[in-house]
Amino acid sequence: MIIHYGYADGSGEYYLIVDTDKCDGCGRCVEVCPNDILELAPDDYGKVVVRVKDEFVNSIGYICPACKRRDERCENVCEHAAISYSW
Amino acid sequence: MIVAGVDIGSLTVKAVILRDNEVVATSTLITGDDAATAAKTAINEALKSLAERGMSVTLDSLDYIVATGVGRKEVTFAHEEKTDVRCDAVGARHIFPSVRTVVDIGAESCKVIRLSKKGRVEDFTANDKCASGTGMFLDVLAKVIGVGVEKLGELSLKAKKPAKISSMCTVFAESEVISYIHRKVPIENIIAGVHESIANRIFGMMNRVGVEKDIALVGGVARNVGVVKALEAKVGESILVPEGPQLIGALGAALIAAEACGTA
Amino acid sequence: MVLVAGVDIGSLTAKALILEDSKIRAYAIIPTGVDSEETSKKVMNIALEKAELRLEDIEYVVSTGYGRVVVPFANKNITEISCHAKGAVFLFPSVRTILDMGGQDCKAIRCDASGKVLNFAMNDKCAAGTGRFFEIMAETMELPLEELGRLSLEATDAAKISSACVVFAKSEVLTLLRRGVDKKNILAGINEAVALRVFALLNRVGIEKDFAITGGIAKNIGVVRKVEEKVGLRALIAEEPQIVGALGAALFAKEALEQVKK
Repeated sequence: MIIHYGYADGSGEYYLIVDTDKCDGCGRCVEVCPNDILELAPDDYGKVVVRVKDEFVNSIGYICPACKRRDERCENVCEHAAISYSW
Repeated sequence: MIVAGVDIGSLTVKAVILRDNEVVATSTLITGDDAATAAKTAINEALKSLAERGMSVTLDSLDYIVATGVGRKEVTFAHEEKTDVRCDAVGARHIFPSVRTVVDIGAESCKVIRLSKKGRVEDFTANDKCASGTGMFLDVLAKVIGVGVEKLGELSLKAKKPAKISSMCTVFAESEVISYIHRKVPIENIIAGVHESIANRIFGMMNRVGVEKDIALVGGVARNVGVVKALEAKVGESILVPEGPQLIGALGAALIAAEACGTA
Repeated sequence: MVLVAGVDIGSLTAKALILEDSKIRAYAIIPTGVDSEETSKKVMNIALEKAELRLEDIEYVVSTGYGRVVVPFANKNITEISCHAKGAVFLFPSVRTILDMGGQDCKAIRCDASGKVLNFAMNDKCAAGTGRFFEIMAETMELPLEELGRLSLEATDAAKISSACVVFAKSEVLTLLRRGVDKKNILAGINEAVALRVFALLNRVGIEKDFAITGGIAKNIGVVRKVEEKVGLRALIAEEPQIVGALGAALFAKEALEQVKK
């Protein structure tokens, strides 16, 4: 399944998009995140995949944009293109 | 050469009169429902203060008028209209020639503008659809807390421990503030928490365009020293604030008017 | 006879539903209040009383919702997204796109024929398009909340509300009221602003028929019609749109029980 973590408000749409079918739970993205907003956990069907921690879902638009300028970020280190930004 | 810049914001209209590139008069009024009339009145008020000093200038005798702000298209008597992004950039650079990032927090909008070394606009992001991050956010929460908006800054400086507000949305933040008030959290701590909240939102926008020093904060909310401090803490850099920060847009418009007349 | 239950502890209301084989035996809805654990026991008891059963009769309980981890008698907990999809497909087997407009959040879910979630997005950061928005509008316009939908349908010339933001919209509404604009026209304008907002959320997950709207706001016929217009599909609406999550949880409970028995 595809999960959009984040929100839309007056200034735009800010979502971190995870494709749990493509995610193999390797954890590379969790390690590389400089703000520690990701974690691995079993989803509703028992598969261990990456998710955004509850306390950060509503701050995606404030925390993640700075990473667009980093060479190593969650979207880049994933080998299966399971995680990406909406903007 | 005597020119005028007028900035029609959603809450206030600001006018700046330049004579030979020097600011000689300014005025600030409530916009109300009729932008064109408010713009005229604002300019006339500024011109009146000139008359009191012996300079007699009428609206018609102004060499050039540039309008900016959300209501600029309604100012039909202006010679030209320019975007607020452009005017903010020109105005801020005039006061602080080294500025590369301009943050403008107004009554109902907020924007972050990044400038090149030469002062040209390279990138910007703006929000005028969501109350959080704007003066409105502070207005609503100040009302709930029961203090005047102009007192927020000085009160927040006494805070020992800012109360954490997890919602960015004004409506949800209001509920959190009410709950803190019921729990008798000291109001200076609540206010500091509110300032942190708005600083978080602005910092996010700054990250989106990328931050280059020096950084300036303009717009009405820049008069709130608590917000300035909270933003400095978030960014980790000191922030330049001009005198009369809400006039920067109108100043920029007036400078553009002066250029149009050939008095560069 | 297989008896299972689903308990949905939301941020504003708590729901419990008892399933007997594949039929809804009883359900209850109460405000969540401050103590989610106590509320879960209370709402379960009310449902049990209605069904004339005791907790020991229930073979498996699944909890869901914001407070799902504090339900002491639950065997398992599952997110409300999956439960919502499961419940909606049970009520409307052809549904593939669900819009849930709750008290403080808004969700868009796309699912397959078995109720498995394919794509999901939620917005609980912004009050625009949530129950909160309508509560505040009703207060501002001095109208009863339940009348907003019906009245908006009588609009002759919808006012333009440029913002879905509650704070800005409220300001615009006050200006319109001052100018003497008819309340029905203002309501139509508000519905348009909200519909645009939720339509963006739906586009994010993709829209496939059939389309259902759940949650408290499904009861506002004005908003429903506007959303239908944007989506281009008729919306399926459950008779009791608030229990869809608890129903889904109960269905998951049934599945889990069958697994255990194998």
